[in-house]
Amino acid sequence: MITGAAMKATAMIEAIQALLDPDNLFLRYALVMGGLASVSFGIIGTFVTIKRIGYLAGAISHSVFGGIGLAIFLQVNVGLSWFDPILGATLAAVISAVIIGLVSLHAKEREDTIIGTIWAVGMAAGILFIDRTAGYFNLSSYLFGDILLISKKDLIFVSCLDVTVLGLSILFFNRFFSVCFDSEFMSLRGLNTSFFYLLLLVLTALTVVLLVRIVGIVLVIALLTIPSAIASFYAKRLWQMMLFSILLCAFFTTAGLLLSYTLSLSSGPTIIILSGATYLTLLIFHKWIKN
Amino acid sequence: MKTDHDIILENVSFAYKQNKILEDVTLFIQKGEFASIVGPNGGGKTTLLKLILGLLKPDQGRIRIFGKPPAQARQKIGYMPQYAPLDMNFPATVMDVVLMGRLAEKTFWFSKKDRSEALAAIDEVGMTGFAATGFNELSGGQRQRILIARALCSRPAILLLDEPTANVDHETEVNLFSILQALNLKMTILVVSHDLGFVSKYVKSVICVNRKVVIHPTTIMNGLLIKDIYHGDLKMVRHDHRCSHEGHSHD
Repeated sequence: MITGAAMKATAMIEAIQALLDPDNLFLRYALVMGGLASVSFGIIGTFVTIKRIGYLAGAISHSVFGGIGLAIFLQVNVGLSWFDPILGATLAAVISAVIIGLVSLHAKEREDTIIGTIWAVGMAAGILFIDRTAGYFNLSSYLFGDILLISKKDLIFVSCLDVTVLGLSILFFNRFFSVCFDSEFMSLRGLNTSFFYLLLLVLTALTVVLLVRIVGIVLVIALLTIPSAIASFYAKRLWQMMLFSILLCAFFTTAGLLLSYTLSLSSGPTIIILSGATYLTLLIFHKWIKN
Repeated sequence: MKTDHDIILENVSFAYKQNKILEDVTLFIQKGEFASIVGPNGGGKTTLLKLILGLLKPDQGRIRIFGKPPAQARQKIGYMPQYAPLDMNFPATVMDVVLMGRLAEKTFWFSKKDRSEALAAIDEVGMTGFAATGFNELSGGQRQRILIARALCSRPAILLLDEPTANVDHETEVNLFSILQALNLKMTILVVSHDLGFVSKYVKSVICVNRKVVIHPTTIMNGLLIKDIYHGDLKMVRHDHRCSHEGHSHD
């Protein structure tokens, strides 16, 4: 126990030193990015959790890869240097969110099959675009995240998306809440529930893009749902669940980033293992207490 | 005559794919009616409710609620959906759930009036003091009452309830129907129910739905008819007649 605590202390000191090192600008960017993105993640993750659309969010995040592939292809082969991968990711995420939303609203029996298809086709399209692009691309940095890729531009992008997500969530708080709770009843009250459902999915898509840089396409979904799943153990009201999710998400990204830096591990997987292990431990603890 | 009718269905038919669910239904529901909708599973009870709510459109025929198409009259209809198992971790208090009944096209945030109406609705279903309780901490019967309060919160003129007594014990059932009986003084109530024998003590009419729709006033439910219904053997009730607004007449 003592050695464990001592190790933690040394790790903390190392991490603080690393932060102060001017060569480690990327680490500061990553931490700021994680903190900023946590706002959107906590809010949207809570809606995703209570509406139980984690599977849809998974499909959206994977289809993002198609957009990244397309962007790289256009940059290198067509010479559209302004077509940044994050722009491709955003476009792909929003388009797939709308398609997936319409499918889940209208194609009742085949919903899971169609969504599974979009999931796989998005990934496959990304790989094929990259196949047709000259040069070497480190695929795993998109799949599992790479904090070295984060730039100042990303921080501005994250801040803009944060403001959008936060603004819309505040304005439509009661609508999103009611649509998640009982969509049929709300359509009887004269609300356009399909619109709010699609808007929620589009916001989910934008939020997913936020953290693809840090944790990657494959892992992003866990960071979206785990903090709110933990928060749901303790929160009685929606806003409490959101606030707690934001704090948890910020904690997991910060702690995970510092841990991965000091232990020389990949940042995305470290964050996910940390949050996943916390969730599973608490889940077992809560089940055990109940029995 | 027609002005006394809150709900009018004329020659309404509805089919889901090839299956005719309702066929040539004509039904007049008077203002202040308290009717129970009974019939076998898949007989079209929920379809009938959804047609009245305008969630489904009839293939043929005409539906008028307060003389208007259902979609336009919706704001005056309170609806309590069939009990669905909710996420046990859904973070909502009783107040949060009831307030949903106050959401409307122009409401983004709830006003003081919304909150006081919600509290009044909670009182009306006998759940005073539960506003801050978590919805998932309630028993099945208490949840049903809160869902009724949500429907009441918009001050409807018609209340539609789909199986409010499914999965609740007898005492809760008695409790719910006495609440409904009190509410009936102010509004028209249609309630889908399995338990006809019990329900007929409270309601004024029984609407039998099995592809065709027949309305029986409970006052004339005597002798053979009531005996048949009390034994739950709905097939014994002749359904080869058509109803009119005077109740029902046999062809």
